[in-house]
Amino acid sequence: MNPDRRQVLAWGAAATAAALAPGLRLVELAQARSPQEAASKLQRWGLLIDITKCGECDACVTACHEENGITSNARPATDAQWIRKVSLRDTRTGYAQTLPLMCQHCEHPPCVDVCPTGASFKRADGIVLVDKHTCIGCRYCVMACPYAARSFVHETVSGQKADVPRGKGTVEACTLCVHRVDRGATPACVEACGRDGGGAMAFGDLNDASSAIHRRLKSEPSSQIRADLALNTGVRYQGL
Amino acid sequence: MTRIAAGIIAAMLAVAGAADTPGRAAGRVALPVIKIEKGEACVAPTAQMRRDHMQMLLQQRDLTLHQGIREPRFSLKNCIDCHASRKTGSVLGKDGFCSSCHAYAAVSIDCFECHSPLRQAQAAARP
Ligand code: HEC
Ligand code: HEC
Ligand code: HEC
Repeated sequence: MNPDRRQVLAWGAAATAAALAPGLRLVELAQARSPQEAASKLQRWGLLIDITKCGECDACVTACHEENGITSNARPATDAQWIRKVSLRDTRTGYAQTLPLMCQHCEHPPCVDVCPTGASFKRADGIVLVDKHTCIGCRYCVMACPYAARSFVHETVSGQKADVPRGKGTVEACTLCVHRVDRGATPACVEACGRDGGGAMAFGDLNDASSAIHRRLKSEPSSQIRADLALNTGVRYQGL
Repeated sequence: MTRIAAGIIAAMLAVAGAADTPGRAAGRVALPVIKIEKGEACVAPTAQMRRDHMQMLLQQRDLTLHQGIREPRFSLKNCIDCHASRKTGSVLGKDGFCSSCHAYAAVSIDCFECHSPLRQAQAAARP
């Protein structure tokens, strides 16, 4: 289907959705794509993280590293890190908070701006990725990212997961578990947080008016980290 | 003069013939091991696969990464699922499907620096 036709259909769907009672619609926009269908800019994948529910566990980090086959060489300074727990402490009152931080999947990603080969790119549905086939390992993107979300692979890798190829000399970061999202599943961190953690993380289509994440963003306060940079992040936080 | 030339040609043919004898040739050059263990046919006619498999893979790579199109037909994971050896579960190694032919043709690829050469259970993949 050509993009114009799809756009028109989506407008049709949006109009239908508006005409019916809230929550009732004839066409479901957030269906999982079929494997033949390209990612669409009608969608924007994102996360909403309620840090009041985020405790002292690291279920999200463990699940991410398990899913993506990120192993440690016991050299923390150079080990790859796709997601990390950050602790905040108010120096006056001692009030402590903790939150998971990963690639924020910006609408205007600085990593993409600086990439000399076009390896760092944003997919139509908002997921920011590295095309490791064209990455030359210059690490400009690592420098440009305000969230320090990217890692460089310093050592030869073995035992990779079939879904997540990784190798020395390229940059990598959270992919929002793109291989799972493309088959209609949620990212591993979100699943683990719901199962073993505090249920602080939610995944969904920020554009889809019927999705839980859209409704919460519409009716509850939330924030972006470094909102002053106007990057319009796809990962939003509550309770910060 | 003609006699000598004919003699030289005959000698050359004899040498070429000897080189073609499987037993002796295999001793010097490791021949590719094309042992197909799974599937009736490839994803395209064999002659085309021999010539064009690299273009198919590179095309599929760009479609998957940039557009999220994950049709299994030309996916590298799919090639490996059919072509990995039953013994080692891999397409690499001395008798590996990809590596033995590449060794014979003096091709070196870096794909398996990152990609797993092992067959995966297809449980999670969709049709
Ligand atoms: C530096 C690491 C790296 C190297 C080297 C590499 N790839 Fe990839 N490749 C990736 C990553 C990362 C993906 C994305 C996986 C995903 O999102 O499913 C990928 C995806 C693919 C895909 C789509 C997924 C699939 O299984 O069909 C194909 C095809 C592919 N690569 C082919 C190749 C070929 C051919 C080579 C060698 C010429 C190669 N790659 C070398 C990292 C690499
Ligand atoms: C359904 C299982 C299956 C899949 C998937 C598959 N193949 Fe094949 N492939 C075969 C079979 C069976 C043959 C042998 C066909 C014949 O004997 O004519 C073959 C033959 C080949 C050959 C020729 C070998 C020779 O005889 O010289 C090449 C090269 C090849 N495949 C590469 C690939 C690549 C690359 C992929 C992934 C894009 C792939 N195959 C995917 C089953 C498969
Ligand atoms: C029948 C022998 C044969 C088999 C089997 C085979 N290849 Fe190849 N492959 C070749 C030849 C020959 C070339 C080089 C063609 C050229 O340079 O024009 C090549 C080139 C490639 C290239 C491009 C390399 C480059 O640098 O341009 C890739 C990628 C590749 N093969 C992947 C595979 C994979 C993956 C498999 C296993 C599924 C495989 N091949 C199995 C013969 C084979």
